[in-house]
Amino acid sequence: MDMITSILAITIRAGTSLVFATIGEIFTERAGILNLGIEGIMLMSAVTGFAASFYTQNIFIAVLVAVAVGAAMAALHAFLTVTMRANQVVSGLSITLFGSGFASFLGQRLGPASNNFRLVGLKGARFMPASLEGISEVPILSAFLNQDLLTYLVYILIPLSWFFLYKTRPGLWLRSIGEDPQTADAMGIDVIKAKYFYTILGGVFIALGGAHLSLSYTPGWAENITGGRGWIVVALVIFSMWNPARSLWGALLFGGINAVQFRLQASGTNIPAAFLNMLPYLGTIAVLVLMTWWEALSKKVGAPAALSQAYMREDK
Amino acid sequence: MIEKNNSQPLVRMSGISKAFPGVQANDCVDLELHPGEVLALLGENGAGKSTLMNILCGLYRPDAGEIELRGRKVSIEGPKDSQALGIGMVHQNFKLVDSMTVLENIILGMKNQPLVLDMKKVRAEVLQLSKRYNLKVEPDASIWQLSVGEQQRVEILKLLYRKAEILILDEPTAVLTPQESDELAKVIRLMKTEGKSAIFITHKMEEVMNFSDRVMVLRKGRLVAGLSTTSTSPSQLARLMVGRELLFSIDKKPFSPGKTILSLDRVCAKDDRGLDALKEVSLNIRSGEILGIAGVAGNGQKELAEVITGLRKLKSGSLRLDKEDMSQSSPIAMIKAGVAHIPQDRSSAGSVGDLSVASNLAMKEYRKPPLSTGIFIIPQRITSLAKKLIERFKIMTPGPDTHLKFLSGGNIQKTILAREIGACKSLLVAVYPSRGLDIGATESVRRQLVDQRDQGFGVLFVSEDIDELIQVADTIAVLFEGRVMAVMPSKEAAPERLGLLMAGVGA
Repeated sequence: MDMITSILAITIRAGTSLVFATIGEIFTERAGILNLGIEGIMLMSAVTGFAASFYTQNIFIAVLVAVAVGAAMAALHAFLTVTMRANQVVSGLSITLFGSGFASFLGQRLGPASNNFRLVGLKGARFMPASLEGISEVPILSAFLNQDLLTYLVYILIPLSWFFLYKTRPGLWLRSIGEDPQTADAMGIDVIKAKYFYTILGGVFIALGGAHLSLSYTPGWAENITGGRGWIVVALVIFSMWNPARSLWGALLFGGINAVQFRLQASGTNIPAAFLNMLPYLGTIAVLVLMTWWEALSKKVGAPAALSQAYMREDK
Repeated sequence: MIEKNNSQPLVRMSGISKAFPGVQANDCVDLELHPGEVLALLGENGAGKSTLMNILCGLYRPDAGEIELRGRKVSIEGPKDSQALGIGMVHQNFKLVDSMTVLENIILGMKNQPLVLDMKKVRAEVLQLSKRYNLKVEPDASIWQLSVGEQQRVEILKLLYRKAEILILDEPTAVLTPQESDELAKVIRLMKTEGKSAIFITHKMEEVMNFSDRVMVLRKGRLVAGLSTTSTSPSQLARLMVGRELLFSIDKKPFSPGKTILSLDRVCAKDDRGLDALKEVSLNIRSGEILGIAGVAGNGQKELAEVITGLRKLKSGSLRLDKEDMSQSSPIAMIKAGVAHIPQDRSSAGSVGDLSVASNLAMKEYRKPPLSTGIFIIPQRITSLAKKLIERFKIMTPGPDTHLKFLSGGNIQKTILAREIGACKSLLVAVYPSRGLDIGATESVRRQLVDQRDQGFGVLFVSEDIDELIQVADTIAVLFEGRVMAVMPSKEAAPERLGLLMAGVGA
C-alpha cells in the first residue's frame, strides 16, 4: 500500500507541470493558434523563475517573474502569427529554439560571481508540500493531499477550465473561433483580440508548468530541465481531444510511467538507466498512437477545424 | 428609372463604392429600404449584390459612401455594430459552426447572454420562436447533421432570436426544394406583418414577383433601376439585369443516339458516412445523348457522379466505358479516358482559389503537349490557351493571372466548364452546373451541354430543376434514395409525374 501511495504521489508531482502546459495549449489551440513554442516557454520560465527565487527568496515573486516571461513569449507568438500572419509552425519552432538556447545562456550568466555566474547548484525558495494535520498518515489520500500549492491549483484548474470552455459564454465564443473564425467574426466576436488573449493566457499556464519544474519538482536549475516535456504536451493535447478535463489522463500517463521507472532505478535493477529514462516518452507515444487511432475509428471530434490558419476578414 | 418614395427610409445607403483587386464590385450605389418593406436585389453573378449587403452588415468596409439608419448617419465598423442596429444577414455560405449545436449557434456572439449560459431558457425561447414562425429545428442536433434547408431555418431563427428588424437574405432559395421555398415565403410574409423589413438577393424573376414590394437591379456594380414590383414585369427585369434580350428555349439537333458510351450495371456504393448511397443502379448513356438525372439533392446524385469519375469506389456492380471494364479505375484513368467532370462543389473539388485563372484552366491538360514537354510546362502556352478560353467562354476576369477566388461564383463556374469541355473526349458529367448562376450564365451552360451532345459525346446532367431537365435532356432517370425509380424519354416526361417519382411515389 505504501508503495502504491508513493508511486501515486510522484505521478501527481510529475504530472502537474504537464497539466498546466496542456491546458494552456488547449486554450491556445481552441483559439486556432498552434503554439509549438511550449518547450522554449517552459525552459525560459523555469530559468527566470528560479533566478528570481534565488535572489528574492520569495516563491511568489518567482512565480510572477516566470509567468510574465511566459506571457511575453506567447504575446510574441501571437503578434507574429495573428498580426503578421506568419506561419504558426515556423513561429512556434523559432520560439522553442530561441527559448532553449537563451535559457541555457541565462543559466550560465544570471548566477552570482561566487558561483562563477552560473545558476546550477544554487538553492532558491521552493514550494513545499502543504498538508493538513494527520492526512499524511492516510494511504492513497495522502498522495493527493500532501502536495505543493501549484498542484492544488491544478486540482481546481482542471474542472474550472472544463466548465469555462463548455458552460460559459466566453467559452462558447472561444470554441467557435478555433472552429470557424469567419462565423465567429460575422457573429460580432472580436476574433483578433480573442486570439491574442487566449494565446497569452495559454503562455501563462505553460509558464506555470515550467515554473513548477524549477521551483518544486526538481528544485534548482539544470540544463534542459524540461527534458522534452514541451513536446510531450503537444501530443497530450491531441490525446485530450482538446478537452481540459481529459488533460488529467495524459499527464497521469506520462507521470505514472516516470514514477514507476524512478522506483525501478531506485531498487537497483540491471536495466540501463538510459533505457528507463526513455520509457515515459516511449510509453506516452505508444498509448497516444493507439488511443488516437481508436478515437479516429470511432469518429470522435478532432482538432479545431481552423487550427493553424491565419485569419483575415476580407480574405476570400 | 429610379422611382421615389417620400416617407423617411429605414436604411439609406448612398454612393457606396468597393473595389477588390482588379474588380470594381460596387460603383457609387444608392439603396433605400422602407419600414415593413421587402426589397429584392436583382442582378447577375458578379453584379455586386453580395458585396453591397456585406457592407451593410459590416463584414466589408466600403471605399466610399455613407449609411443612414432612420435618418441618422451611422458608422458600421463590423458585424457587432450592425447587430446592435438590428441588421441581420443570412449569408449564402451559412455562418454556422458545424461542430456546434443549433442552440449554441443561435446564441453565439450575443453579449446579453449571461456569463454562465442558461441553455434551458434558450431552448424554451427558441422552441417558442420556432413554433410561432413554423420553423422546425432539432435544438440539440449539431449543424453538420442537418440538411441545407434545416441549416437555413437555424440561420433565420438566429436573426429572429436577436430581434433583428432588418433581415438580409443572400440567395435564400438557391439551396431549397420548391416546398421549402414556399415555406420561406410564408415566414417572410409573417415577418412583414410584424413590421420587419427584408432585403433579399436573387437572380430568379419568379421570386422577385412573388416575394417583393420593390426591386433594385444591379449590373456590373452599378445600380441600373429601382422599381415597385407591381409596375414591372419579368421580361423588363430580365432585360435590365442582362442588358439584352434573352432566349428562353434551346435549339438542338434531333435526337439520334449512337453506340453506348457508358454503361452501369447494378452499381452499389456507399456515401462518406458509410451508408448505402447507390443501390443497384443500372444506366446507359449513348453517344449524342444527354441523360438527365432528376431527384431531390442528397438522393445519390453526388455519389453517382463520383463513381463515374473514379472518385468513389464501387461496392459491387460494374462500370463500362466504351465496352471496357473501368469498375476499379482511378480518377486519372477516367480523365485519360476522356471523362470530364463539373463537380457539385466548385470551390473544393473543381478549382483552386489561390491559383490563377490560367492555372485552373490548364489543370487537366498540363500533362501533355502542347502545354508541356517531358517534365517542364510551358507557361506562355498556358497563358495563350487561357486567353483563348476566357474569350470563348466570356469569363469576366481582369486577366489570366488573377487568382480564381477573386472571381464571382458564375465566372468560377464558367472557368471549370471551359476546362472540362476541353478535357471531354467521351463523356461529360455535369452536377448542378447551373446552380447559383444567373440567366445569362445558365443559358450559356445549357448551350455548352447541348453542343457536347451534338458533337457525339455522352452527357450526364444532374439537376433539381424539372423544367431545365425536360428542356435540355434527351432521356431522364429519376433517383430516389439511391435507386433509379424510372428512365424515360424527356418528351414523355410530365413535370407532375417526375415530381411524384422524385418523392418516391409511383415507381
